[in-house]
Amino acid sequence: MEIFITLFITGFGLGALYFLVASGLSLIYGLMGVLNFAHGAFLTAGAYATWYFTTSIRADGSLSSYVISLFIAGVVGALFAVATEQILIKYLYDRHIDQALVTVGLGFVATSAYLGWFGSDPLIVLPPTQLYNTVQIGDAFVGIDRFLYIGVAALVLIANFLMMRYTRIGLIIRAGVENRSMVTALGIDVRKAFTFVFFIGGFAAGLGGALATTYASGVGPTLGDAFLIYAFITVVIGGMGSVPGTAIAAIVVGTTQVLVNYYVQGLGDFVVVMLLALVLLVRPQGLLGKVAH
Amino acid sequence: MTKALTLADVNVTIKGSHILQGVNFEVEAGVVTGLLGRNGVGKSTTLRSIVGLVPRVGSIKLFEQEISGLKTHEVIRAGVAFVPEDREIFSTLTVLENLKLAERDKNPDYDTVYNLFPELLKRKSQRAGTLSGGQQQMVAVARALLNKTKLLLVDEPTKGLAPKLVTEVADALEVAAQATTILLVEQNLPLIKRIAKNIIVMDQGVVVHSGVPTELENPEFAKQMLGVSGGSH
Ligand SMILES: Nc1ncnc2c1ncn2[C@@H]1O[C@H](COP(=O)(O)OP(=O)(O)OP(=O)(O)O)[C@@H](O)[C@H]1O
Ligand SMILES: [Mg+2]
Repeated sequence: MEIFITLFITGFGLGALYFLVASGLSLIYGLMGVLNFAHGAFLTAGAYATWYFTTSIRADGSLSSYVISLFIAGVVGALFAVATEQILIKYLYDRHIDQALVTVGLGFVATSAYLGWFGSDPLIVLPPTQLYNTVQIGDAFVGIDRFLYIGVAALVLIANFLMMRYTRIGLIIRAGVENRSMVTALGIDVRKAFTFVFFIGGFAAGLGGALATTYASGVGPTLGDAFLIYAFITVVIGGMGSVPGTAIAAIVVGTTQVLVNYYVQGLGDFVVVMLLALVLLVRPQGLLGKVAH
Repeated sequence: MTKALTLADVNVTIKGSHILQGVNFEVEAGVVTGLLGRNGVGKSTTLRSIVGLVPRVGSIKLFEQEISGLKTHEVIRAGVAFVPEDREIFSTLTVLENLKLAERDKNPDYDTVYNLFPELLKRKSQRAGTLSGGQQQMVAVARALLNKTKLLLVDEPTKGLAPKLVTEVADALEVAAQATTILLVEQNLPLIKRIAKNIIVMDQGVVVHSGVPTELENPEFAKQMLGVSGGSH
Protein backbone atom coordinates (compact mmCIF):
# COMPACT_ATOMS: atom_id res chain seq x y z
CA MET A 1 0.00 0.00 0.00
CA GLU A 2 2.82 2.42 0.83
CA ILE A 3 4.33 1.79 -2.54
CA PHE A 4 1.02 2.31 -4.22
CA ILE A 5 0.54 5.67 -2.51
CA THR A 6 4.05 6.80 -3.39
CA LEU A 7 3.63 5.71 -6.99
CA PHE A 8 0.18 7.17 -7.29
CA ILE A 9 1.29 10.59 -6.10
CA THR A 10 4.40 10.43 -8.25
CA GLY A 11 2.20 9.62 -11.24
CA PHE A 12 -0.15 12.42 -10.28
CA GLY A 13 2.85 14.77 -10.17
CA LEU A 14 4.02 13.58 -13.57
CA GLY A 15 0.48 14.09 -14.83
CA ALA A 16 0.66 17.66 -13.52
CA LEU A 17 3.74 18.25 -15.68
CA TYR A 18 1.96 16.73 -18.68
CA PHE A 19 -0.94 19.06 -18.01
CA LEU A 20 1.30 22.12 -18.13
CA VAL A 21 2.47 21.16 -21.60
CA ALA A 22 -0.83 19.76 -22.81
CA SER A 23 -3.10 22.64 -21.79
CA GLY A 24 -1.37 24.96 -24.26
CA LEU A 25 -1.33 22.32 -26.99
CA SER A 26 -5.01 21.73 -26.51
CA LEU A 27 -5.99 25.39 -26.71
CA ILE A 28 -3.75 26.07 -29.69
CA TYR A 29 -5.26 23.16 -31.54
CA GLY A 30 -8.79 23.89 -30.40
CA LEU A 31 -8.69 27.51 -31.47
CA MET A 32 -6.51 27.45 -34.54
CA GLY A 33 -6.30 23.85 -35.69
CA VAL A 34 -2.51 23.99 -35.33
CA LEU A 35 -0.73 20.87 -34.16
CA ASN A 36 2.21 22.53 -32.46
CA PHE A 37 5.13 20.12 -32.52
CA ALA A 38 7.42 22.89 -31.31
CA HIS A 39 5.73 22.95 -27.93
CA GLY A 40 8.37 20.67 -26.43
CA ALA A 41 11.01 23.20 -27.47
CA PHE A 42 9.21 25.84 -25.37
CA LEU A 43 9.44 23.52 -22.40
CA THR A 44 13.14 22.87 -22.96
CA ALA A 45 13.78 26.61 -23.28
CA GLY A 46 12.12 27.12 -19.91
CA ALA A 47 14.22 24.32 -18.43
CA TYR A 48 17.47 25.84 -19.70
CA ALA A 49 16.36 29.23 -18.39
CA THR A 50 15.94 27.67 -14.96
CA TRP A 51 19.34 26.02 -15.19
CA TYR A 52 20.99 29.28 -16.20
CA PHE A 53 19.27 31.36 -13.58
CA THR A 54 19.87 28.98 -10.69
CA THR A 55 23.50 28.27 -11.60
CA SER A 56 24.76 31.60 -13.00
CA ILE A 57 22.56 34.42 -11.75
CA ARG A 58 21.31 33.38 -8.34
CA ALA A 59 23.17 30.22 -7.45
CA ASP A 60 22.38 30.46 -3.76
CA GLY A 61 20.19 27.38 -3.81
CA SER A 62 17.43 29.26 -2.02
CA LEU A 63 13.75 28.63 -2.35
CA SER A 64 13.17 32.20 -3.49
CA SER A 65 15.67 31.85 -6.33
CA TYR A 66 13.89 28.71 -7.40
CA VAL A 67 10.51 30.38 -7.38
CA ILE A 68 11.85 33.31 -9.41
CA SER A 69 13.37 30.84 -11.86
CA LEU A 70 9.96 29.23 -12.34
CA PHE A 71 8.54 32.56 -13.33
CA ILE A 72 11.44 33.37 -15.64
CA ALA A 73 11.11 29.98 -17.29
CA GLY A 74 7.45 30.73 -17.90
CA VAL A 75 8.28 34.07 -19.49
CA VAL A 76 11.00 32.52 -21.67
CA GLY A 77 8.57 29.84 -22.83
CA ALA A 78 5.92 32.48 -23.53
CA LEU A 79 8.26 34.72 -25.53
CA PHE A 80 9.52 31.77 -27.54
CA ALA A 81 5.93 30.78 -28.27
CA VAL A 82 4.83 34.27 -29.27
CA ALA A 83 7.85 34.63 -31.55
CA THR A 84 6.96 31.30 -33.15
CA GLU A 85 3.41 32.45 -33.77
CA GLN A 86 4.40 35.86 -35.09
CA ILE A 87 7.30 34.76 -37.26
CA LEU A 88 6.17 31.38 -38.57
CA ILE A 89 2.60 30.39 -37.88
CA LYS A 90 0.87 33.65 -38.71
CA TYR A 91 1.83 33.59 -42.37
CA LEU A 92 0.50 30.09 -42.80
CA TYR A 93 -2.95 31.00 -41.55
CA ASP A 94 -5.39 28.15 -42.18
CA ARG A 95 -2.76 26.04 -43.92
CA HIS A 96 -2.81 23.40 -41.23
CA ILE A 97 -0.45 20.88 -42.78
CA ASP A 98 2.14 23.57 -43.51
CA GLN A 99 1.81 24.94 -40.00
CA ALA A 100 2.35 21.51 -38.50
CA LEU A 101 5.36 20.89 -40.74
CA VAL A 102 6.89 24.23 -39.78
CA THR A 103 6.53 23.43 -36.10
CA VAL A 104 8.09 19.98 -36.64
CA GLY A 105 11.02 21.72 -38.34
CA LEU A 106 11.31 24.28 -35.58
CA GLY A 107 11.33 21.48 -33.02
CA PHE A 108 14.28 19.84 -34.77
CA VAL A 109 16.12 23.13 -35.16
CA ALA A 110 15.61 23.97 -31.49
CA THR A 111 16.83 20.56 -30.35
CA SER A 112 20.02 20.88 -32.41
CA ALA A 113 20.54 24.42 -31.23
CA TYR A 114 20.26 23.30 -27.61
CA LEU A 115 22.69 20.50 -28.40
CA GLY A 116 25.17 22.94 -29.92
CA TRP A 117 24.90 25.48 -27.15
CA PHE A 118 24.61 23.28 -24.08
CA GLY A 119 26.05 19.92 -25.16
CA SER A 120 24.40 16.54 -25.15
CA ASP A 121 24.96 15.72 -21.49
CA PRO A 122 22.17 16.72 -19.17
CA LEU A 123 23.00 19.80 -17.13
CA ILE A 124 22.30 19.32 -13.49
CA VAL A 125 19.83 21.64 -11.83
CA LEU A 126 19.81 21.44 -8.07
CA PRO A 127 16.48 22.37 -6.55
CA PRO A 128 16.47 24.07 -3.14
CA THR A 129 16.96 21.66 -0.24
CA GLN A 130 13.38 22.16 0.92
CA LEU A 131 12.23 20.15 -2.08
CA TYR A 132 14.18 17.09 -0.94
CA ASN A 133 11.90 16.70 2.05
CA THR A 134 9.26 14.04 2.13
CA VAL A 135 5.73 14.02 3.44
CA GLN A 136 4.40 11.02 5.30
CA ILE A 137 1.04 9.70 4.14
CA GLY A 138 0.04 6.61 6.07
CA ASP A 139 3.20 4.56 5.97
CA ALA A 140 4.39 6.05 2.72
CA PHE A 141 6.93 8.79 2.26
CA VAL A 142 6.35 10.98 -0.74
CA GLY A 143 8.76 13.57 -2.13
CA ILE A 144 7.48 17.06 -1.50
CA ASP A 145 8.37 18.11 -5.05
CA ARG A 146 5.44 16.00 -6.30
CA PHE A 147 3.08 18.29 -4.45
CA LEU A 148 4.78 21.31 -5.93
CA TYR A 149 4.06 20.06 -9.47
CA ILE A 150 0.48 19.34 -8.55
CA GLY A 151 0.10 22.72 -6.84
CA VAL A 152 1.52 24.68 -9.76
CA ALA A 153 -0.61 22.78 -12.25
CA ALA A 154 -3.67 23.39 -10.08
CA LEU A 155 -2.90 27.11 -10.02
CA VAL A 156 -2.57 27.15 -13.79
CA LEU A 157 -5.85 25.27 -14.10
CA ILE A 158 -7.64 27.70 -11.79
CA ALA A 159 -6.14 30.74 -13.50
CA ASN A 160 -7.19 29.28 -16.81
CA PHE A 161 -10.71 28.68 -15.55
CA LEU A 162 -11.05 32.23 -14.24
CA MET A 163 -9.64 33.69 -17.43
CA MET A 164 -11.97 31.63 -19.61
CA ARG A 165 -15.03 32.34 -17.50
CA TYR A 166 -14.66 35.98 -16.58
CA THR A 167 -12.61 37.82 -19.19
CA ARG A 168 -13.45 38.98 -22.67
CA ILE A 169 -10.44 37.25 -24.18
CA GLY A 170 -11.59 34.04 -22.48
CA LEU A 171 -15.03 34.49 -24.01
CA ILE A 172 -13.44 35.00 -27.43
CA ILE A 173 -11.33 31.87 -27.02
CA ARG A 174 -14.29 29.75 -25.96
CA ALA A 175 -16.35 31.02 -28.86
CA GLY A 176 -13.42 30.65 -31.27
CA VAL A 177 -12.88 27.01 -30.34
CA GLU A 178 -16.48 26.43 -31.38
CA ASN A 179 -16.73 28.56 -34.52
CA ARG A 180 -13.84 30.78 -35.44
CA SER A 181 -15.24 32.41 -38.56
CA MET A 182 -18.41 33.50 -36.76
CA VAL A 183 -16.24 35.23 -34.15
CA THR A 184 -14.67 37.31 -36.91
CA ALA A 185 -18.15 37.95 -38.30
CA LEU A 186 -18.94 39.69 -35.00
CA GLY A 187 -16.12 42.15 -35.67
CA ILE A 188 -13.46 40.48 -33.53
CA ASP A 189 -9.88 40.11 -34.70
CA VAL A 190 -9.47 36.50 -33.71
CA ARG A 191 -5.77 36.54 -34.57
CA LYS A 192 -5.07 38.54 -31.44
CA ALA A 193 -6.58 35.68 -29.50
CA PHE A 194 -4.21 33.29 -31.33
CA THR A 195 -1.20 35.27 -30.17
CA PHE A 196 -2.56 35.35 -26.64
CA VAL A 197 -3.15 31.61 -26.62
CA PHE A 198 0.42 31.03 -27.74
CA PHE A 199 1.54 33.30 -24.94
CA ILE A 200 -0.28 31.46 -22.16
CA GLY A 201 0.46 28.04 -23.71
CA GLY A 202 4.15 28.91 -23.92
CA PHE A 203 4.13 30.23 -20.37
CA ALA A 204 2.66 27.00 -19.01
CA ALA A 205 5.13 24.94 -21.05
CA GLY A 206 8.10 26.99 -19.79
CA LEU A 207 6.84 26.58 -16.25
CA GLY A 208 6.54 22.85 -16.89
CA GLY A 209 10.14 22.90 -18.15
CA ALA A 210 11.37 24.50 -14.95
CA LEU A 211 9.60 21.89 -12.85
CA ALA A 212 10.76 19.12 -15.17
CA THR A 213 14.37 19.97 -14.28
CA THR A 214 13.49 18.99 -10.73
CA TYR A 215 11.56 15.88 -11.77
CA ALA A 216 14.36 14.74 -14.11
CA SER A 217 17.21 16.19 -11.99
CA GLY A 218 18.43 18.31 -14.88
CA VAL A 219 17.94 19.34 -18.46
CA GLY A 220 19.17 17.94 -21.76
CA PRO A 221 18.39 18.96 -25.35
CA THR A 222 15.56 16.44 -25.73
CA LEU A 223 13.83 16.97 -22.39
CA GLY A 224 10.83 18.58 -24.06
CA ASP A 225 10.49 15.93 -26.75
CA ALA A 226 9.86 13.23 -24.17
CA PHE A 227 7.14 15.30 -22.55
CA LEU A 228 5.63 16.36 -25.86
CA ILE A 229 4.66 12.84 -26.87
CA TYR A 230 2.73 12.20 -23.67
CA ALA A 231 1.29 15.68 -23.75
CA PHE A 232 -0.14 14.97 -27.20
CA ILE A 233 -1.63 11.72 -25.98
CA THR A 234 -3.09 13.63 -23.05
CA VAL A 235 -4.64 16.22 -25.34
CA VAL A 236 -6.24 13.63 -27.57
CA ILE A 237 -7.61 11.65 -24.63
CA GLY A 238 -8.91 14.80 -22.93
CA GLY A 239 -10.49 16.27 -26.04
CA MET A 240 -8.92 18.93 -28.21
CA GLY A 241 -9.70 22.40 -26.96
CA SER A 242 -11.00 21.33 -23.54
CA VAL A 243 -8.69 22.38 -20.72
CA PRO A 244 -10.65 20.54 -17.98
CA GLY A 245 -10.61 17.43 -20.19
CA THR A 246 -6.88 17.84 -20.54
CA ALA A 247 -6.48 18.03 -16.76
CA ILE A 248 -8.38 14.79 -16.20
CA ALA A 249 -6.52 13.02 -18.99
CA ALA A 250 -3.16 14.21 -17.67
CA ILE A 251 -3.83 12.60 -14.30
CA VAL A 252 -5.00 9.40 -15.95
CA VAL A 253 -1.95 9.22 -18.23
CA GLY A 254 0.58 10.11 -15.51
CA THR A 255 -0.72 7.71 -12.88
CA THR A 256 -1.30 4.87 -15.36
CA GLN A 257 2.18 5.21 -16.73
CA VAL A 258 3.91 5.20 -13.36
CA LEU A 259 1.77 2.50 -11.74
CA VAL A 260 1.85 0.09 -14.67
CA ASN A 261 5.55 0.62 -15.14
CA TYR A 262 6.12 -0.50 -11.59
CA TYR A 263 3.72 -3.44 -11.40
CA VAL A 264 4.18 -4.77 -14.94
CA GLN A 265 7.80 -3.97 -15.64
CA GLY A 266 8.13 -1.36 -18.36
CA LEU A 267 4.68 -1.77 -19.86
CA GLY A 268 3.51 1.68 -18.74
CA ASP A 269 4.11 3.41 -22.04
CA PHE A 270 2.43 0.58 -23.92
CA VAL A 271 -0.64 0.74 -21.72
CA VAL A 272 -0.87 4.50 -22.21
CA VAL A 273 -0.88 4.02 -25.97
CA MET A 274 -3.54 1.31 -25.61
CA LEU A 275 -5.56 3.76 -23.55
CA LEU A 276 -5.24 6.28 -26.35
CA ALA A 277 -6.41 3.72 -28.90
CA LEU A 278 -9.34 2.80 -26.68
CA VAL A 279 -10.45 6.42 -26.32
CA LEU A 280 -10.12 6.98 -30.06
CA LEU A 281 -12.31 3.96 -30.70
CA VAL A 282 -14.98 4.60 -28.12
CA ARG A 283 -15.01 8.38 -27.93
CA PRO A 284 -13.03 9.88 -30.81
CA GLN A 285 -13.68 13.45 -29.65
CA GLY A 286 -11.92 12.71 -26.34
CA LEU A 287 -13.30 12.73 -22.80
CA LEU A 288 -14.65 16.30 -22.77
CA GLY A 289 -14.12 17.30 -26.40
CA LYS A 290 -16.84 18.52 -28.70
CA VAL A 291 -17.73 16.65 -31.83
CA ALA A 292 -15.91 18.36 -34.67
CA HIS A 293 -18.03 20.17 -37.22
CA MET B 1 -31.21 57.60 -54.05
CA THR B 2 -28.34 57.08 -51.64
CA LYS B 3 -26.71 53.74 -52.13
CA ALA B 4 -25.79 51.87 -48.96
CA LEU B 5 -24.15 49.06 -50.85
CA THR B 6 -22.85 48.66 -54.39
CA LEU B 7 -21.50 45.43 -55.80
CA ALA B 8 -19.72 45.60 -59.13
CA ASP B 9 -18.57 42.48 -60.94
CA VAL B 10 -18.15 40.42 -57.77
CA ASN B 11 -16.78 36.94 -58.42
CA VAL B 12 -16.37 34.08 -55.99
CA THR B 13 -14.64 30.82 -56.77
CA ILE B 14 -14.51 28.11 -54.14
CA LYS B 15 -12.48 24.97 -54.71
CA GLY B 16 -12.62 25.39 -58.46
CA SER B 17 -16.32 26.11 -58.76
CA HIS B 18 -17.21 29.55 -60.00
CA ILE B 19 -20.12 30.36 -57.70
CA LEU B 20 -20.63 34.08 -58.17
CA GLN B 21 -20.06 35.04 -61.79
CA GLY B 22 -19.99 38.80 -61.81
CA VAL B 23 -22.66 39.99 -59.40
CA ASN B 24 -23.84 43.59 -59.82
CA PHE B 25 -26.45 45.38 -57.74
CA GLU B 26 -27.18 48.39 -55.60
CA VAL B 27 -28.96 48.58 -52.29
CA GLU B 28 -30.92 51.72 -51.47
CA ALA B 29 -30.06 53.24 -48.10
CA GLY B 30 -32.60 53.28 -45.30
CA VAL B 31 -34.94 50.60 -46.60
CA VAL B 32 -35.27 46.83 -46.75
CA THR B 33 -34.17 45.12 -49.96
CA GLY B 34 -35.06 41.49 -50.55
CA LEU B 35 -32.49 39.24 -52.20
CA LEU B 36 -34.38 36.40 -53.84
CA GLY B 37 -33.77 33.40 -56.03
CA ARG B 38 -34.12 29.64 -56.22
CA ASN B 39 -32.08 27.33 -54.01
CA GLY B 40 -28.39 27.25 -54.71
CA VAL B 41 -28.18 30.34 -56.93
CA GLY B 42 -25.66 32.10 -54.67
CA LYS B 43 -27.67 34.29 -52.28
CA SER B 44 -25.84 33.17 -49.16
CA THR B 45 -22.52 33.28 -50.97
CA THR B 46 -23.28 36.87 -51.95
CA LEU B 47 -23.80 37.87 -48.31
CA ARG B 48 -20.70 35.94 -47.26
CA SER B 49 -18.65 37.66 -49.95
CA ILE B 50 -19.75 41.07 -48.67
CA VAL B 51 -18.41 40.29 -45.19
CA GLY B 52 -15.32 38.55 -46.54
CA LEU B 53 -16.12 35.06 -45.32
CA VAL B 54 -15.37 33.76 -48.82
CA PRO B 55 -12.50 34.95 -51.03
CA ARG B 56 -13.91 37.47 -53.49
CA VAL B 57 -12.77 39.72 -56.32
CA GLY B 58 -14.56 42.76 -57.64
CA SER B 59 -15.74 45.96 -56.03
CA ILE B 60 -17.91 46.14 -52.92
CA LYS B 61 -18.76 49.58 -51.62
CA LEU B 62 -20.36 50.37 -48.29
CA PHE B 63 -21.70 53.88 -48.95
CA GLU B 64 -18.50 55.53 -50.26
CA GLN B 65 -16.04 53.08 -48.71
CA GLU B 66 -14.49 50.25 -50.72
CA ILE B 67 -14.63 47.20 -48.45
CA SER B 68 -13.70 44.35 -50.78
CA GLY B 69 -10.11 44.34 -49.55
CA LEU B 70 -11.00 44.27 -45.86
CA LYS B 71 -10.84 41.28 -43.55
CA THR B 72 -14.09 40.05 -42.08
CA HIS B 73 -13.72 41.74 -38.71
CA GLU B 74 -12.82 45.00 -40.44
CA VAL B 75 -15.92 44.87 -42.64
CA ILE B 76 -18.05 44.36 -39.54
CA ARG B 77 -16.35 47.24 -37.76
CA ALA B 78 -16.94 49.43 -40.80
CA GLY B 79 -20.61 49.14 -39.84
CA VAL B 80 -22.00 45.85 -41.13
CA ALA B 81 -23.88 43.23 -39.13
CA PHE B 82 -24.39 39.71 -40.41
CA VAL B 83 -27.01 37.14 -39.45
CA PRO B 84 -25.94 33.92 -41.16
CA GLU B 85 -28.23 31.33 -42.66
CA ASP B 86 -27.55 28.62 -40.10
CA ARG B 87 -27.71 31.00 -37.15
CA GLU B 88 -24.23 30.03 -36.01
CA ILE B 89 -24.84 30.93 -32.42
CA PHE B 90 -22.24 29.63 -29.96
CA SER B 91 -23.91 26.62 -28.43
CA THR B 92 -21.53 26.24 -25.48
CA LEU B 93 -21.96 29.86 -24.39
CA THR B 94 -24.96 31.24 -22.56
CA VAL B 95 -27.43 33.53 -24.25
CA LEU B 96 -25.94 36.54 -22.49
CA GLU B 97 -22.40 35.48 -23.40
CA ASN B 98 -23.47 35.22 -27.03
CA LEU B 99 -24.76 38.78 -26.86
CA LYS B 100 -21.74 40.07 -24.95
CA LEU B 101 -19.41 38.67 -27.56
CA ALA B 102 -21.25 40.70 -30.18
CA GLU B 103 -20.89 44.00 -28.29
CA ARG B 104 -18.96 46.61 -30.22
CA ASP B 105 -20.50 49.94 -29.29
CA LYS B 106 -19.81 51.59 -25.96
CA ASN B 107 -23.49 51.41 -25.13
CA PRO B 108 -24.90 48.30 -26.75
CA ASP B 109 -28.65 48.59 -27.10
CA TYR B 110 -29.90 45.84 -24.81
CA ASP B 111 -33.20 47.67 -24.29
CA THR B 112 -34.24 47.29 -27.90
CA VAL B 113 -33.11 43.68 -28.00
CA TYR B 114 -34.93 42.66 -24.82
CA ASN B 115 -38.02 44.60 -25.86
CA LEU B 116 -38.17 42.71 -29.11
CA PHE B 117 -37.26 39.36 -27.56
CA PRO B 118 -38.23 39.26 -23.88
CA GLU B 119 -37.58 35.53 -24.07
CA LEU B 120 -33.85 36.21 -24.27
CA LEU B 121 -33.84 38.17 -21.04
CA LYS B 122 -35.69 35.35 -19.31
CA ARG B 123 -33.21 32.83 -20.63
CA LYS B 124 -30.01 34.84 -20.44
CA SER B 125 -28.16 32.22 -18.37
CA GLN B 126 -29.28 29.30 -20.50
CA ARG B 127 -26.76 27.61 -22.76
CA ALA B 128 -27.57 28.70 -26.28
CA GLY B 129 -27.19 25.14 -27.56
CA THR B 130 -30.20 24.09 -25.53
CA LEU B 131 -32.48 26.78 -26.97
CA SER B 132 -35.19 25.93 -29.48
CA GLY B 133 -34.49 26.75 -33.11
CA GLY B 134 -36.66 29.83 -32.93
CA GLN B 135 -34.96 31.09 -29.79
CA GLN B 136 -31.58 30.50 -31.40
CA GLN B 137 -32.71 32.63 -34.32
CA MET B 138 -33.65 35.37 -31.86
CA VAL B 139 -30.10 35.25 -30.48
CA ALA B 140 -28.67 35.48 -33.99
CA VAL B 141 -30.83 38.48 -34.85
CA ALA B 142 -30.28 40.09 -31.44
CA ARG B 143 -26.51 39.93 -31.89
CA ALA B 144 -26.90 42.04 -35.00
CA LEU B 145 -29.17 44.60 -33.36
CA LEU B 146 -26.98 45.37 -30.35
CA ASN B 147 -24.76 47.82 -32.19
CA LYS B 148 -25.45 50.72 -34.49
CA THR B 149 -24.89 49.55 -38.05
CA LYS B 150 -24.99 51.04 -41.49
CA LEU B 151 -26.00 47.79 -43.12
CA LEU B 152 -27.66 44.66 -41.84
CA LEU B 153 -27.27 41.43 -43.82
CA VAL B 154 -29.81 38.80 -42.86
CA ASP B 155 -29.92 35.33 -44.41
CA GLU B 156 -33.25 33.49 -44.24
CA PRO B 157 -34.13 34.44 -40.68
CA THR B 158 -37.52 32.73 -40.81
CA LYS B 159 -36.36 29.40 -42.18
CA GLY B 160 -38.04 26.61 -40.26
CA LEU B 161 -39.89 28.89 -37.84
CA ALA B 162 -43.50 28.57 -36.73
CA PRO B 163 -45.82 31.30 -38.09
CA LYS B 164 -45.94 33.15 -34.78
CA LEU B 165 -42.16 33.36 -34.65
CA VAL B 166 -42.01 34.43 -38.27
CA THR B 167 -44.14 37.41 -37.30
CA GLU B 168 -41.91 38.14 -34.32
CA VAL B 169 -38.75 38.10 -36.43
CA ALA B 170 -40.44 40.24 -39.07
CA ASP B 171 -41.42 42.76 -36.39
CA ALA B 172 -37.83 42.85 -35.21
CA LEU B 173 -36.58 43.48 -38.73
CA GLU B 174 -39.11 46.27 -39.17
CA VAL B 175 -37.91 47.94 -36.00
CA ALA B 176 -34.33 47.55 -37.13
CA ALA B 177 -35.20 48.97 -40.53
CA GLN B 178 -36.10 52.29 -38.95
CA ALA B 179 -32.45 52.81 -38.07
CA THR B 180 -30.48 51.01 -40.73
CA THR B 181 -30.40 49.53 -44.21
CA ILE B 182 -31.27 45.86 -44.56
CA LEU B 183 -30.40 43.36 -47.25
CA LEU B 184 -32.61 40.36 -46.57
CA VAL B 185 -32.43 36.93 -48.15
CA GLU B 186 -35.83 35.38 -47.68
CA GLN B 187 -37.97 32.64 -49.26
CA ASN B 188 -41.10 33.82 -47.48
CA LEU B 189 -42.65 36.06 -50.13
CA PRO B 190 -45.49 37.47 -48.01
CA LEU B 191 -42.80 38.65 -45.60
CA ILE B 192 -40.89 40.29 -48.44
CA LYS B 193 -44.06 42.00 -49.61
CA ARG B 194 -44.68 43.22 -46.11
CA ILE B 195 -41.31 44.76 -45.29
CA ALA B 196 -39.20 45.10 -48.44
CA LYS B 197 -39.20 48.20 -50.64
CA ASN B 198 -37.00 46.72 -53.35
CA ILE B 199 -36.17 43.26 -54.58
CA ILE B 200 -33.14 41.78 -56.33
CA VAL B 201 -33.40 38.40 -58.00
CA MET B 202 -30.45 36.08 -58.60
CA ASP B 203 -30.08 33.06 -60.81
CA GLN B 204 -27.03 30.84 -61.23
CA GLY B 205 -24.48 33.22 -59.77
CA VAL B 206 -25.66 36.47 -61.34
CA VAL B 207 -28.34 39.08 -60.71
CA VAL B 208 -31.13 38.72 -63.26
CA HIS B 209 -33.62 41.32 -62.07
CA SER B 210 -34.01 44.36 -59.84
CA GLY B 211 -37.44 45.67 -59.06
CA VAL B 212 -40.16 46.02 -56.46
CA PRO B 213 -42.11 43.43 -54.42
CA THR B 214 -45.43 44.12 -56.16
CA GLU B 215 -44.00 42.35 -59.18
CA LEU B 216 -44.21 39.15 -57.15
CA GLU B 217 -47.99 39.37 -57.39
CA ASN B 218 -47.72 38.42 -61.02
CA PRO B 219 -47.73 34.60 -60.91
CA GLU B 220 -45.87 34.41 -64.22
CA PHE B 221 -43.07 36.52 -62.79
CA ALA B 222 -42.83 34.57 -59.56
CA LYS B 223 -42.78 31.30 -61.40
CA GLN B 224 -40.17 32.39 -63.90
CA MET B 225 -37.87 34.11 -61.41
CA LEU B 226 -38.23 31.94 -58.34
CA GLY B 227 -39.82 28.76 -59.50
CA VAL B 228 -42.69 29.28 -57.06
CA SER B 229 -46.25 30.46 -57.27
CA GLY B 230 -45.99 33.40 -54.94
CA GLY B 231 -48.93 35.28 -56.37
CA SER B 232 -51.64 34.96 -53.77
CA HIS B 233 -51.68 36.46 -50.20
N1 LIG C 1 -17.94 26.29 -49.45
C1 LIG C 1 -18.45 25.85 -50.60
N2 LIG C 1 -17.82 24.90 -51.32
C2 LIG C 1 -18.32 24.46 -52.48
N3 LIG C 1 -19.48 24.87 -53.00
C3 LIG C 1 -20.17 25.81 -52.34
C4 LIG C 1 -19.69 26.35 -51.11
N4 LIG C 1 -20.58 27.26 -50.67
C5 LIG C 1 -21.55 27.30 -51.60
N5 LIG C 1 -21.32 26.43 -52.59
C6 LIG C 1 -22.18 26.21 -53.78
O1 LIG C 1 -22.49 27.46 -54.33
C7 LIG C 1 -23.81 27.50 -54.78
C8 LIG C 1 -24.54 28.66 -54.16
O2 LIG C 1 -24.70 28.41 -52.77
P1 LIG C 1 -25.45 29.40 -51.80
O3 LIG C 1 -25.45 28.81 -50.45
O4 LIG C 1 -24.89 30.75 -51.97
O5 LIG C 1 -26.91 29.35 -52.40
P2 LIG C 1 -28.26 30.02 -51.87
O6 LIG C 1 -28.79 30.84 -52.96
O7 LIG C 1 -28.03 30.67 -50.56
O8 LIG C 1 -29.17 28.74 -51.69
P3 LIG C 1 -30.31 28.42 -50.59
O9 LIG C 1 -31.53 29.14 -51.02
O10 LIG C 1 -30.49 26.93 -50.72
O11 LIG C 1 -29.79 28.84 -49.26
C9 LIG C 1 -24.42 26.16 -54.47
O12 LIG C 1 -24.39 25.37 -55.61
C10 LIG C 1 -23.50 25.59 -53.40
O13 LIG C 1 -23.46 24.19 -53.48
MG1 LIG D 1 -28.59 30.29 -48.69
